[in-house]
Amino acid sequence: MSGKGNMNSTPMVIAQGVRKSFGRHEVLKGIDLEVNNGEVMCFLGPSGSGKSTFLRCVNRLETIDAGRIRVDGSLVGFKERNGRLYDLTEKELARQRSQIGMVFQRFNLFAHMTALENVMEAPRHVRRQPKREVLDRAQDALARVGLSGHEHKYPAQLSGGQQQRVAIARALAMDPKVMLFDEPTSALDPELVGEVLDVMRGLADSGMTMIVVTHEIEFAKEVGDELVFMDGGLVVEKGDPRQVLENPQQERTRRFLRATATV
Amino acid sequence: MTVASAPTVTARDEALDMSIKAVPVRHYGQWLTAVVVTVLLGAFVMALAQNENLDYSIVAANLFAGPILRGLVVTFQLTAVAMIGGVLIGVLLAVSKLSSNKVLSAIATGYVWFFRGVPLLVLILIFGNFSLLFDTLGIGIPFTDIMFVEVETNAVMTTFVAAAAALAIHEGAYMAEIVRGGILGVDHGQKEAAAALGMRPGLAMFRIVLPQALRMIIPPTGNQLILLLKSSSLVSVIAGGELMTAVHDIAAVNYRTIEMFFVASFWYLIIVSVLSIGQRFVERRAGRGYNR
Ligand SMILES: Nc1ncnc2c1ncn2[C@@H]1O[C@H](COP(=O)(O)OP(=O)(O)O)[C@@H](O)[C@H]1O
Ligand SMILES: [Mg+2]
Repeated sequence: MSGKGNMNSTPMVIAQGVRKSFGRHEVLKGIDLEVNNGEVMCFLGPSGSGKSTFLRCVNRLETIDAGRIRVDGSLVGFKERNGRLYDLTEKELARQRSQIGMVFQRFNLFAHMTALENVMEAPRHVRRQPKREVLDRAQDALARVGLSGHEHKYPAQLSGGQQQRVAIARALAMDPKVMLFDEPTSALDPELVGEVLDVMRGLADSGMTMIVVTHEIEFAKEVGDELVFMDGGLVVEKGDPRQVLENPQQERTRRFLRATATV
Repeated sequence: MTVASAPTVTARDEALDMSIKAVPVRHYGQWLTAVVVTVLLGAFVMALAQNENLDYSIVAANLFAGPILRGLVVTFQLTAVAMIGGVLIGVLLAVSKLSSNKVLSAIATGYVWFFRGVPLLVLILIFGNFSLLFDTLGIGIPFTDIMFVEVETNAVMTTFVAAAAALAIHEGAYMAEIVRGGILGVDHGQKEAAAALGMRPGLAMFRIVLPQALRMIIPPTGNQLILLLKSSSLVSVIAGGELMTAVHDIAAVNYRTIEMFFVASFWYLIIVSVLSIGQRFVERRAGRGYNR
């Protein structure tokens, strides 16, 4: 019923000593993490603790100041030659990003395109795959997130939950090696959260490697293979989601869980 | 949100009883203004109609005269070429100004600063007299005498080319700001989503950002087009051959200047009215995909 169990132990994402500052404000103060192939890692933590920033560093939407991030063995944002780092060119960067799926809190569907066009856009114009093939796969992707019959609707004609599922289909259409989710259900009306979490659960079951920033404790417990609790730009605690949630070792984690439980 | 209590029959009756029969506010000021304006306008129209210095038969006779219609065609051509050129220049400048390439960005800023500052009339005069500046034009290697192509300025710079170039270059400076405003108005998340899918900045700009910016670019562009159409009349100072030049040419012969200006006004009003209707139609189409 979850991503649990079908992991093997080759790391898909490795972060070592990742640091990031905005101006003088250090937002990530040395993050070390490993996400194995097929594993679902959930991020929990107070607002402003650096969860989004970390996620955005993984696909180089933000640059990092120190440390290394690797996805499927390749360094993110750089290439290493003779012990020196070289910035990737725009082209290489784009290629790298095309292999990492991202789902945003505010969906960010292309507003001038239908659901189907949204899903077809990157395979057509980034990968330049033939139209017929792309169309078939886009329709499959939409079916996979339960949106057959909505292909020709514009984002504004879809509910928040439907938009987020289109966004997931859009990312899936590129066959990503890993999917990053930044609070995918936080902008949704409560009654629409379930349909998006169901899609994500299905994805985890199918063996997708996922990093998920979420406040959905139940989802983290059921689907997550590992839970990371972040605060102040540091990983405070990590481990089996049930262990961390039911028996937190750190005082900071306990305080956070107590505060959210009362909401 | 939910149907907690469906309205019962009695509730509906009550609603009927509470129908509104309020006395509307009387807009006395509005009436007064209407009367004053009608009287003033009427007086002005009468003064024009009865003016013995104005011969309306001359206006009528020239409205569809051959030279006027030919001038009209040139006005259309000039406006179309200058607008297309202006939009292209504007998009190029806007994208350059927002690009991470500092040289491009500086060039775009300089262009807008310069060509918004120089009066259009002056620009037209300079272009119309380009041969005074350079008697030949050509392509070669700068700072050497090596030229690949070289031609007489007057052979390429016909008045039409000079006029169109001046108008397009001027228009480009204004369009640049309009396009830039439109681009900046598109939610930043759109560009991020495109980047996350592996689209390079240029591709994201042309496939994702610009099409959405269009919605914000079109209304002011409609105004620019109307402005440009009327500004094309300035080209008559270099005898650009458009409507206003034709009007001047006829007036120079028949000495009926005001009547000929009426002819010009008639046509400009007609075209602007048609353009305004078109503008509304295009604006409605550009809203596709957005809830309203
Ligand atoms: N582009 C930015 N410029 C400046 N500060 C930023 C930027 N993005 C995030 N921050 C700051 O970094 C900190 C961490 O933000 P974020 O990663 O969004 O936290 P979280 O997702 O855990 O709520 C916050 O203090 C935020 O204000
Ligand atoms: Mg966040």
